[in-house]
Amino acid sequence: MITLHVNGQAQSFDGDPSMPVLWYLRDVLGFTGTKFGCGVAACGACTVHLDGEAIRSCVTAISDANGKSVTTIEGLDREGNHPVQKAWRELNVPQCGYCQAGQIMQAVALLKQTPHPTDADIDGTMYGNICRCGTYHRIRAAIKQAAGA
Amino acid sequence: MTKHIREIVSTSGIENVSRRGVLKGILSTGGLVLAIHVLPSRPALADDAPKWGADGMPHGTVNNPLAFVSIAPDGTVTIVCHRSEMGQGVRTGMPLIVADEMEADWAKVKVAQATGDEVKFGNQDTDGSRSTRHFFMPMRQVGAAARTMLEAAAAKRWGVDVSDVEAKNHEVIQKSTGKKLGYGELAADASTMGVPSNVSVEKTGAATPVSLSLKDPSQFRYIGKEGTNIVDGFNITTGRATYGQDVRLPGQKYAVVARPAVMGGKVASYDATEAKKVPGVVQIVEIPAPSYPMKFQPSGGIAIIADNTWAAIQGRKALKITWDDGPHATYDSQAYRAQMEATAKQPGKVLRSDGDFAAAYASADKKVEAEYYIPHNAHATMEPPSATCRIVDGKAEVWTSVQSPQAAHDMVASYLGLPPENVTVNVTLLGGGFGRKSKPDFAVEAALCSKAVGGAPVKVVWTREDDIHNDFFHTVSLERIEAGLDKDGKVIAWRHNSVAPTILSLFAADPKHEMPLEQGMGLVDMPFDVKNISIENGEAEAHTKIGWWRSVSNVPHGFAVQSFVAELASAAGKDQKEFLLDLIGPVRILDVPQKVKNFWDYGENPEVYPIDTGRLRNVVELVTEKAGWGTRQVPKGHGLGLAVHRSFVSYVAAVIEAAVDEKGNVTVPRVDICVDCGPIVNPDRVRSQFEGAVVMGLGVGLLNEISFKDGRVQQSNLDDYQVLRISDAPRETHVYIVPRGYDMHMGGVGEPGVPPVAPALMNAIFAASGKRIRSLPLGQQLAGKA
Repeated sequence: MITLHVNGQAQSFDGDPSMPVLWYLRDVLGFTGTKFGCGVAACGACTVHLDGEAIRSCVTAISDANGKSVTTIEGLDREGNHPVQKAWRELNVPQCGYCQAGQIMQAVALLKQTPHPTDADIDGTMYGNICRCGTYHRIRAAIKQAAGA
Repeated sequence: MTKHIREIVSTSGIENVSRRGVLKGILSTGGLVLAIHVLPSRPALADDAPKWGADGMPHGTVNNPLAFVSIAPDGTVTIVCHRSEMGQGVRTGMPLIVADEMEADWAKVKVAQATGDEVKFGNQDTDGSRSTRHFFMPMRQVGAAARTMLEAAAAKRWGVDVSDVEAKNHEVIQKSTGKKLGYGELAADASTMGVPSNVSVEKTGAATPVSLSLKDPSQFRYIGKEGTNIVDGFNITTGRATYGQDVRLPGQKYAVVARPAVMGGKVASYDATEAKKVPGVVQIVEIPAPSYPMKFQPSGGIAIIADNTWAAIQGRKALKITWDDGPHATYDSQAYRAQMEATAKQPGKVLRSDGDFAAAYASADKKVEAEYYIPHNAHATMEPPSATCRIVDGKAEVWTSVQSPQAAHDMVASYLGLPPENVTVNVTLLGGGFGRKSKPDFAVEAALCSKAVGGAPVKVVWTREDDIHNDFFHTVSLERIEAGLDKDGKVIAWRHNSVAPTILSLFAADPKHEMPLEQGMGLVDMPFDVKNISIENGEAEAHTKIGWWRSVSNVPHGFAVQSFVAELASAAGKDQKEFLLDLIGPVRILDVPQKVKNFWDYGENPEVYPIDTGRLRNVVELVTEKAGWGTRQVPKGHGLGLAVHRSFVSYVAAVIEAAVDEKGNVTVPRVDICVDCGPIVNPDRVRSQFEGAVVMGLGVGLLNEISFKDGRVQQSNLDDYQVLRISDAPRETHVYIVPRGYDMHMGGVGEPGVPPVAPALMNAIFAASGKRIRSLPLGQQLAGKA
């Protein structure tokens, strides 16, 4: 039996321990804000926080989350008003929006480590998060705006 | 679970809501929604009359306010968006047009997504950069009709003439007394006022009801103005937005499909013994092999249905399938390229001939020739395709992220053998489209899986590998151009032979030539002032599924033509901008529509959308001025490149600054891009489309490549099919929109930003390094060479 916290709530799971956290969140718990993009940690759409660290949930087995705490986009802020979320909305960053939960979770982790990131810091950390619509220009701007907030 | 169902409903249309009894609630309290019937949006045209614009599309346009607008007693206005949202901003832009024209307060507007129902809503096929171009006027008419009905209701209530009332910002005001009634208070009465009739027809074929007075554009409150946030911003940034991949229904199963790796491949035999042992696997279902031509059919194969996606994927791994690869198993991109190069050197089918190319070329003082290659590309939408279907009492309901809900509806009905009225297609948000999701093959897979488990809901999930291996790929293309210059460096002869397998191969048996839709994308409409021209098209056979990919054949045609112009400028020893403007020549309307048989100009009337070299020149002048062409100093190892291209009846020019370091690594410090797409609705979403098109175009130039060997795609995921990442994105992107009045017709926005990017980049790389890249993507071609 695997036990963990997801967005502050205690959960337990006795299914396949090799199931990635991604599918546990999406198919078992219904937290569909965390997206499936590649399944091989190549795109970042599935980014969540595991004990506060940004991880790719598509390649992290649920057994590796045993005893830990997972935060998804749904649990980032109760009102949806984390400074990064607000900056994203103020600058109308999303186009299709599918990658943006992963982008936001990665950006939140970046700002925790580096409260005032340079362009190089942003590129170095956000490199793993693909946006096929090409919103990178605004992602950079929104991260800086959130950093200034 | 309930939470998720509710979210799905919130993205569904009014009709969809009605089936859950909500519409009844609105009606019983007197909203503006009545039994919905459809007005003809324009008089019937004679069968043989040419149909342009929206009239040329299935089901044309509908401007019936009863289909698009409802008003609740509390004043909340719900506006239906009938086009699919894939990031282009249509769920914001379309309702914004209606809201502005009906004098609704945008803060009190909710957006509902239409189900697939073109008879009710008009054409819903969201591709070709057409939504605003085709529906600006019908949506204005919807809004104006609703406003007129609200005014009539207020006048009746007060017993005054309608000339004494005026709708303004969600209220109707009596001018003489200042009395006011809110839209919510008037909704029930308004619904009985009757829909204003429509009789007049504009050039576009879109009708303007004579009894309607449209706003003067100077009175627009939202259209063309800054400050409108996207309607889905909150849901997207909080994880509440529902995409096709996110649909969850009670008792739902999950499926993945093992599909043939080669187009035309079939299952010869399979053994599911081990797959069935995987915990959570529920059922194994054969998806029938398609007939040919493919159209939008699923590729066939074996579906594994399970309790969750992970179990389905594990089950598929355990499945043993022997495939019969069929006739395309020898498709090899390297060999195919050699064949296309040989074909391009031979005379092709002549599509346009001006003057005498051969004679002029023979007499030329200087001859320049070049071949350009662009490989297949995959769409790689961030959301891999997905659809969910359930069948209850002979009625199928589908939830999916498709650009073509009507096509999904028709195909699901046909595959399930259900009458069309027993199928409903709910459109979720699309996690990217780019043309891939015009094909609803995955919706059919979901329907067949649901049927196989007795109608229980089944979600078909495409993995990224499925997406990369089974896409409807962007064509592969070899473009050969030859030109002759006279002693003054003026171009006197131009031959372009385009060789590329055609999208028509999806619909017809073994076509070997580009169809008019592809020829019209920057090939036969070549805009240069050259006396002797031969535009040709060599034969090419398709060995994989070819489909639309954002801006389609404009990508290879634009890349070749605009790279070649820069090469000619070098050969003539001239500045690229001056040379390009000389080549475009004087301001004039091109006679290509008269000259070229079956000329296709994005389905538009050439009288309404003439090919105007003045607008082409203007975007070149504007972008070069903004980018500081000829005046801006760039560091050593940097260079500026220019390209211009007309597509989707819009005109776009780009200047790119590229930097090439000593190791041959290329970066892009700055992009300036200028668009003349006619008047616009939401400036922020126009800008964002061009910002995104720059990134996608740079991906085409630098990274994207799908190649085949033994009939199979050699790439498999986003680690080996490379797309642009933030670290490769331009440090600065500047978008300039040519201001235009609403007397001009609208052009496309979603696609036309892509074509000029790759050639502007390669022209910049040439300026920076002296190296000319004619084969895309750049990849490692400059590594260690600069």
